[in-house]
Amino acid sequence: MYNQEKCKFLKSHEWAFIEGGDAVTGISDHAQHEIGDIVFVELPKVGAKVEAGKRAGVIESVKSASDIYAPVTGEVTAINAAAAADPSVINKDPHGAGWLYKIKIADIKEVNALLTFEQYKDTLK
Amino acid sequence: MTDSVSKLRRTPLYEACLAAGGKMVDFHGWELPVQFEGILAEHKAVREAAGMFDVSHMGRLIMTGARTHAFLEYVTSNKISREPGRGTYSHILNENGGIVDDIIAFCTGKDKYLVVVNSATAEKDLNWFNAHNKNYDVEIQDVSGDFAMVAVQGLNAIHICQGIDKHLADLPRFGIKETVYFGQLCYICRTGYTGEDGAEIMMPPKAAAQMWQFFLAQGVKPCGLGVRDVLRVEAGYLLYGSDVTEKYTPYEANCAWVVKLDKKDFIGKPALLKQKEEGAQIKLTSFKLKGPGVPREGNKVKFEGREIGFLTSGTYSPQFKGIGKGYVVNNVLKEGDEVEIISGGRSMPAEVVKSFYKNRV
Repeated sequence: MYNQEKCKFLKSHEWAFIEGGDAVTGISDHAQHEIGDIVFVELPKVGAKVEAGKRAGVIESVKSASDIYAPVTGEVTAINAAAAADPSVINKDPHGAGWLYKIKIADIKEVNALLTFEQYKDTLK
Repeated sequence: MTDSVSKLRRTPLYEACLAAGGKMVDFHGWELPVQFEGILAEHKAVREAAGMFDVSHMGRLIMTGARTHAFLEYVTSNKISREPGRGTYSHILNENGGIVDDIIAFCTGKDKYLVVVNSATAEKDLNWFNAHNKNYDVEIQDVSGDFAMVAVQGLNAIHICQGIDKHLADLPRFGIKETVYFGQLCYICRTGYTGEDGAEIMMPPKAAAQMWQFFLAQGVKPCGLGVRDVLRVEAGYLLYGSDVTEKYTPYEANCAWVVKLDKKDFIGKPALLKQKEEGAQIKLTSFKLKGPGVPREGNKVKFEGREIGFLTSGTYSPQFKGIGKGYVVNNVLKEGDEVEIISGGRSMPAEVVKSFYKNRV
């Protein structure tokens, strides 16, 4: 749904799929695989302001807790309540049904600072 | 692979674990699988069928000599069975009553014991035993490297292990017996760390891969350290290094049953007598979250707005959701009380409980 090759990434494994002035975000397939079975997710609230590179929530697997960082600055316009209710969808479909939240981008230029899929893949080597 | 990884120690089942898809991590200097298919799938296997764990990294000592039983009674807090074929869970204590390690001492014959200790403390334990052996003259031999060890645990574990020893069902809990598997002498113990019935089998390293294959063929699911921790928290077992360390006594750790004050003398007895009289200041207590979240080691525990302690273990249980335990001020909480567990600035309501899983052993 949010084809990873078309997404932009943070080194910390979050992706952003840009559609118009909005960014849909989630965590990468690599990240979900590394974290293991995800059992709890804390998302920002709709209406909250998130800041690029700053903590926006938490993902917990059985064995660890990982902060999730906002890829761009802006206002949260939607959250994936289904993923919050059943976080296993983040493992099953991190670039689709496992999306996390949507940001109304404050400054579109911030998108240029994000990594392409190819660049992100290089960080995993 | 980085240099630090290549220096890790590997068990005789390393290749077998890799072949089964094990995701290897550094566990106290050992390269061991944290998971195979996934923690939730492995959890289901142990609770509903059978799973197996490579526990070869654990320390194993053979003690022999006429005063071995007296020695074990002196260096640990429990009464040690001297009946061949029986094992006893016990605590090694220091002079302050602090827990040096938790062990199982298996009596394998007259004046002969096989003592299984934690891997991270194996060297410390050996030094401790040697330092207190002067009046006992026990021969203590570190045989850790002479054995691989597999724990087979779960509802079907005993039935499956009868393929190794057909009389296993007659072995009592904490029993040990010798058995021959493909011409190799093995020890099979009715013990475990999951709350399920099962066996822990020690075998010469050259027989390990073959036995692993036997269990794989029986449908036993390979399980990693990740699920081992979930299962043992659910079952109420202690993790040395987290729930128990030299800072805590058996009374504080809720293990009064491991302390036998009617024994004539043992290291730590005077300190425990004093603590029993005065009462322990802190107590290891279990908590179950009332809402979503995962409690973790180090999280603070608050009661009526006051900080009363912190967690030493916490995890997500597929059956009980967020669970944990930790040391809190003694005699403040009772079962059913609501506390707050503070994780990264978030407050999670939790309930004081006596236990989680109803162990099937």
